[in-house]
Amino acid sequence: MEYRKIDGEILGKLKELISDSKRLLTNRQDLASYSYDASFGIYYPEIVIQPNTTQEVSSVVKLANQYHIPVYPRGQATSLSGGPLPVEGGIVLDLSKMDKTLDIIPEDLVAIVTPGVLTENIHKEAEKVGLMYPPDPSSSAVSTIGGNLAENSGGPRGLKYGVTKDYVLGLEVVTPKGEIIQTGGRTVKNVTGYDLTKLIIGSEGTLGIITKAILQLIPKPVTTGTAMAVFDEIIASGEAISKVLTSGICPSKMEIMDQACIQAVEDYQPSGLPVNADAIVLIEVDGHPSAVKAELAQIKEICKQVGAIDVQVARSKSDEAVLWKARKLVSPAITRIKPTKISEDATVPRSKIPEMFKRLKIIREKYDLDLVVFGHAGDGNLHPNIVADKRDKEEMKRVEQAVAEIFEAAIDLGGTLSGEHGIGTMKAPFMSMEFKGVELEMMKLIKDSWDPKNIMNPGKIFPYPGQRFVLEG
Amino acid sequence: MRKLIDLLPYEETIQCVQCGYCLPACPTYLTMGTETHSPRGRINLVKMAAEGHLSISDLENPIELCLGCRACETACPSGVQYGKILEGAKEAIYKNKSENISNIKKTAQDALFMKLFPNSQKWTTIADLLWLYQTSGLQKVAHKGNLTKVLPENLSVFEGVMPNVTSPLARRKRPTLFPAVNSEKPIYKVAFFTGCIMDALFEKINRLSMELLSRAGCEVHVIQEQTCCGALHAHAGRKDDSVTLAKKNIEVFESIEVDFIVNNAGGCGALLIEYDHLLAEQGDEWTNRAKAFVKKTKDISQILFDCKVSLNQPVNATVTYQRSCHMTNVQKVTEEPVALLKQIPGIVYKEMENPHMCCGSAGIYNVVNYKESMEVLDEKMIMAKKTDATIVVTTNPGCLLQMKLGVQREGLNEKVRVVHLVELLAAAAGLGE
Ligand SMILES: Cc1cc2nc3c(=O)[nH]c(=O)nc-3n(C[C@H](O)[C@H](O)[C@H](O)COP(=O)(O)OP(=O)(O)OC[C@H]3O[C@@H](n4cnc5c(N)ncnc54)[C@H](O)[C@@H]3O)c2cc1C
Ligand code: SF4
Ligand code: SF4
Repeated sequence: MEYRKIDGEILGKLKELISDSKRLLTNRQDLASYSYDASFGIYYPEIVIQPNTTQEVSSVVKLANQYHIPVYPRGQATSLSGGPLPVEGGIVLDLSKMDKTLDIIPEDLVAIVTPGVLTENIHKEAEKVGLMYPPDPSSSAVSTIGGNLAENSGGPRGLKYGVTKDYVLGLEVVTPKGEIIQTGGRTVKNVTGYDLTKLIIGSEGTLGIITKAILQLIPKPVTTGTAMAVFDEIIASGEAISKVLTSGICPSKMEIMDQACIQAVEDYQPSGLPVNADAIVLIEVDGHPSAVKAELAQIKEICKQVGAIDVQVARSKSDEAVLWKARKLVSPAITRIKPTKISEDATVPRSKIPEMFKRLKIIREKYDLDLVVFGHAGDGNLHPNIVADKRDKEEMKRVEQAVAEIFEAAIDLGGTLSGEHGIGTMKAPFMSMEFKGVELEMMKLIKDSWDPKNIMNPGKIFPYPGQRFVLEG
Repeated sequence: MRKLIDLLPYEETIQCVQCGYCLPACPTYLTMGTETHSPRGRINLVKMAAEGHLSISDLENPIELCLGCRACETACPSGVQYGKILEGAKEAIYKNKSENISNIKKTAQDALFMKLFPNSQKWTTIADLLWLYQTSGLQKVAHKGNLTKVLPENLSVFEGVMPNVTSPLARRKRPTLFPAVNSEKPIYKVAFFTGCIMDALFEKINRLSMELLSRAGCEVHVIQEQTCCGALHAHAGRKDDSVTLAKKNIEVFESIEVDFIVNNAGGCGALLIEYDHLLAEQGDEWTNRAKAFVKKTKDISQILFDCKVSLNQPVNATVTYQRSCHMTNVQKVTEEPVALLKQIPGIVYKEMENPHMCCGSAGIYNVVNYKESMEVLDEKMIMAKKTDATIVVTTNPGCLLQMKLGVQREGLNEKVRVVHLVELLAAAAGLGE
């Protein structure tokens, strides 16, 4: 079905809904500036709207539904899967300006936020009162909580504490028809009816727009300690990870970086990482100081047994901070090698990590590509990243083939296409690889009943017939 | 002739992976609130123009409203060279405009940039006139008659923050050599870079700088023939002009054998240490001469710190420091000024929140884009006020005026003093006014 274009009549109606014309962007420079995210593809919206209130969101969506105009929710466009791209034109709703509410209610261990609040600001405010909001995507300093909820983002602490969906008690959502609904509530236990909260989280903005969230906080662990284990063979590091995880210790973070990543970070900001190592694993434990100390000693022992050539324990808080900052910088820093980055987040069961490393090595050699690996090794969520140059058409063909093969390997090992970045446009063509039965159809049924006119973030998750994976633009 | 589009630094733009890590660092993204006025947005627009999807004039507004503070460059983990992208875009915009601009307007602009800025004689005349205006009672007359209100707001507000300039006589009597005090053999032999605006409006601070350096054990030479650094030209897209000025300065400073060429203005210093980039297309000989110049270029805080200048007179006040963006993001001089301040007895040093954010001065941005500049300044003042500081320290003349304006806007003239780092260090070193 064809969508209605935004003509003079629609523009007039939108102006009635958003009185402040500065929050309706229509000139060419502005449209070009909302045409991308951190992945691939350029799609111009017809208008960008910056709502301030739930009411404004609701009224815009009602209008869009009535006139059949696509609506694309957007946080800060750090999506690595094409989530906010306005592939059918229409309206981009920039929710990053709804960043005014960030209330911490210490006695309930709850935070109430509007969708534009930056993840890192929730971390900071919670910590001020001795609490913690555990989900910690590397992009926390830039990403919005709305984007995190829509993508069900995770980070290093996912290993021990889980991901975004594990910390949401309730949501306020504007449905594709423009109604405002409340899901869940303010209590940890809640089994009243279907769990719509969990349905919305990770739905990538295809089922509605999140305009408020009630988040669960936990007491902040007393202290943390960090060890860096150095390996001259990446596969041995995989074994170390499995060994630590079956030793009775539950680290709060366990992250791997291969040689190329180490080098790239050191080039940006020297952090004292061993540039000659084949891989390093950063391990953080948290809890009572004496437990932290004992566990770090035990981890050191285990890593040495499986062949770590060196294990260093950070001596001070600032040493620790340097190491974790280095980890956060990996993803953007690797583009120092080549400018085009294709980030994957295929995830495998933990025990299959060494095997996945082997397969990635084979793929790298077969296609002769700069394929680097880092990621949340502890929970099997690896980030194989290919850096290439998109002007080199022949190389990009090889990248496309290699990406397909990475997915095959992950699924073959019992894993999944995406651990945290979402499907968006980038992985839609591979959905049938993971879902062989009617699973995708069941999902589509849900989508159709929530959004019968298909105006809410259309073009995402579900592949259109015959859609192939191509990297362009 | 090279096509305008080829002036756009395409190679640099494709280094950007659009991760957005630079967004929180950008003052104009904070105040203007659209991606169009963010570093990621600006880089993308330049890229699209280079690919032919947008025209050069489409770039004008977003590029002109960029402060050029280069905080995004420091924040970028991918090593995107925003400075190059910005200057390239400005050059293309400038050339595109001059093809269309009327001749009269062009002559006026050319005169401003190539006759006024590089000409120390003219600046001296201006300074003399300003001195006359301030001391003759004329200023009072002007105020009474509301004469200054006749000027547009963006010019008249600056009248209130202008420093008292040095008298013509004192100015002309300034020596050209300051021998090292208290040491038999100078620790360093240095040449002082006076800067054009700095020397006209803030001669007093220049003078104190020279005396401080000599106190610290340096032999200080002041070469008369030096000229404007060329930063304002480069920021206006007039690259050819800044190249001319750079060559002149390199030549002049080659005339004397010194260990360092010292400046006290963050903005000038930033261009001086990029002379090698600026002259990169001028052939090997110039590049090598520029490299030698760059190697010797230092901010005054680096030398004073290195020479362990003695700071023993107490200054009993709470002090905060508004960094010069160009000193932080281009020269990467961040620790020495703070270390020096902390050495002064009696000082309570308080860091602002978001200390690296620009104050909105940015060359002549605050005059040309007054409204946008004041929005940035207001954000800055919120953070400055939170420190309860009674002295705000700066390291660049533009920042000094802008922060004074901020204090004036907040009605804090009675409570808060804005100074150049050198003024405070001079007081602590016991150098009189
Ligand atoms: C360098 C880098 C590192 C990263 N590291 C991680 C990581 O460690 N872990 C991780 O999980 N991700 C990571 N990401 C991916 C990305 O940061 C996350 O997906 C993040 O949650 C996106 O937030 P955003 O505000 O940028 O949202 P956007 O990118 O703007 O949008 C993402 C999706 O959410 C939808 N959306 C946005 N706001 C709303 C709303 N209010 N209601 C409904 N839908 C909405 C959009 O339509 C889109 O589908 C990384 C990205 C980069 C560039
Ligand atoms: S300039 Fe750097 S930090 Fe900013 S979006 Fe581009 S790559 Fe990321
Ligand atoms: S130079 Fe400053 S104002 Fe310009 S884009 Fe970078 S951070 Fe923003």
